Amino acid sequence: MNESLLRELIPAVTGVLVHRGADFATAEDAVQEALLRALATWPTDPPNDPKGWLITAAWRKFLDATRAESSRLARENRVAAEPAPGPADSADTLQLYFLCAHPSLTPASAVALTLRAVGGLTTRQIAEAYLVPEATMAQRISRAKRIVSDVRLDEAGDVATVLRVLYLVFNEGYSGEVDLAEEAIRLTRQVRALTDHEEVSGLLALMLLHHARRAARTTAEGALVPLAEQDRSRWDTGMIREGVAILQEALARDRLGEFQAQAAIAALHADAQTVGETDWVQIVEWYDELDRLTDNPVIRLNRAVAVGEADGAQAGLAALELVDCEVPRHRAAEAYLRERAGDLTLAARLYADAARAASNLAERDHLTRQAARLNDAIRG
Amino acid sequence: MAKYLVLKHYQGGPAPVVDYPPMEQWAPADVEAHVQWMRDFAERLKESGEFVSHMALSPEGAFVRHGGEGRPPVTDGPFAETKDLIAGWLMIDVESYERAVEIAGDYSAAPGPGGVPLCEWLEVRPSYGAPPTVAD
Repeated sequence: MNESLLRELIPAVTGVLVHRGADFATAEDAVQEALLRALATWPTDPPNDPKGWLITAAWRKFLDATRAESSRLARENRVAAEPAPGPADSADTLQLYFLCAHPSLTPASAVALTLRAVGGLTTRQIAEAYLVPEATMAQRISRAKRIVSDVRLDEAGDVATVLRVLYLVFNEGYSGEVDLAEEAIRLTRQVRALTDHEEVSGLLALMLLHHARRAARTTAEGALVPLAEQDRSRWDTGMIREGVAILQEALARDRLGEFQAQAAIAALHADAQTVGETDWVQIVEWYDELDRLTDNPVIRLNRAVAVGEADGAQAGLAALELVDCEVPRHRAAEAYLRERAGDLTLAARLYADAARAASNLAERDHLTRQAARLNDAIRG
Repeated sequence: MAKYLVLKHYQGGPAPVVDYPPMEQWAPADVEAHVQWMRDFAERLKESGEFVSHMALSPEGAFVRHGGEGRPPVTDGPFAETKDLIAGWLMIDVESYERAVEIAGDYSAAPGPGGVPLCEWLEVRPSYGAPPTVAD
């Protein structure tokens, strides 16, 4: 049994414990301990019934924990009064997603709790993915559980909050032992199987369409390769086909949302065999849709770049003028458009400014190289 | 979340706002209170899930550079002449720049002689994060 199959059982096992009367926080700790034991013992001693094994191990841990901290009699009376453990159904797992993404949590806490309680990752793996000490991550998770301790597990949840958390998992994190992008895709697939919501499909399509380009996005040395310069033969066409199919099915339901619109833009890029074949006019139309849906200045910034491709650099610069210059990457976008408009000197200066304002090293290095390339061209 | 380095300087930075003698001249109880306060501060950050690491640095040491092919490294120091001398750092992982500034502000309130906050200037520096996946 591989680790991701083991992880898939985790939310259901927590659901069973909660059904037996365990509170979420204690149940989740007990399941994490059972998971650690499974990781240690299964490779040499695999169980016949993995889920049954996990439930038994977690339930024992739960009893140990509650025995230690409360009156055994009171607890046993309470548990005795619980209905017989039925199989946890998919509704339980979805409720766990809602709880872990509860609006009272900060995004980082929601991400950590989601990865542990429904993702079935260990605290150490999560800590490694976000480059913090394990003790810090353990505290972040306990704190998150305290914050949601009064939330009823059957409280109505909003799938949009879950999607925002999964998007963050996909988009931000370092690659350690666990591939967070793949983990986000796995969890989004699971949510899609549990609910019927176009935006879940939209997000899954968006993830697949971006993930399909991953191999082409960086050089072997780790430098960023912009979309226009990527070797398109390295895109994963199977993943693109799946993303496009999921997106088309969602769009056909005519309930457009932010993730579907973003996925549509990614699909148009994926559809172009060469950068010259990109349908920029349609991409601008989708940015217009997105702008109506979100009121997000980053969208207007990206739209300005697309306008530059569809209608020429001057039109792009005019569109950029409507965007607040404090928006991240504003200078990088302007540099790109200035170069296309032929003003290499200004473009070089803007690229250098943009490099200083970059929020990550790969982007800084990329922008620095652009500035150096233009300065070299100017010197002739 | 983003990581920030909060730097403490022995010297350098803006002019101090509180005038206090070096620690070896404080009352022993004030030294003890200061050390305990610093320990508790790190503990609170661990509990809030924002602590990454911290380290205090000795004022000893030197500048070092490559001395050329086949030659030993060149050293310069100790730092008697230097304008800026780092005393230690606190690395935090927080939700926003505002939160980093808030933590540094609290950290700067470490008690000095008579329990009066030192109001030491601390330098807050953002680190580069991971590049986002959805970037194009």
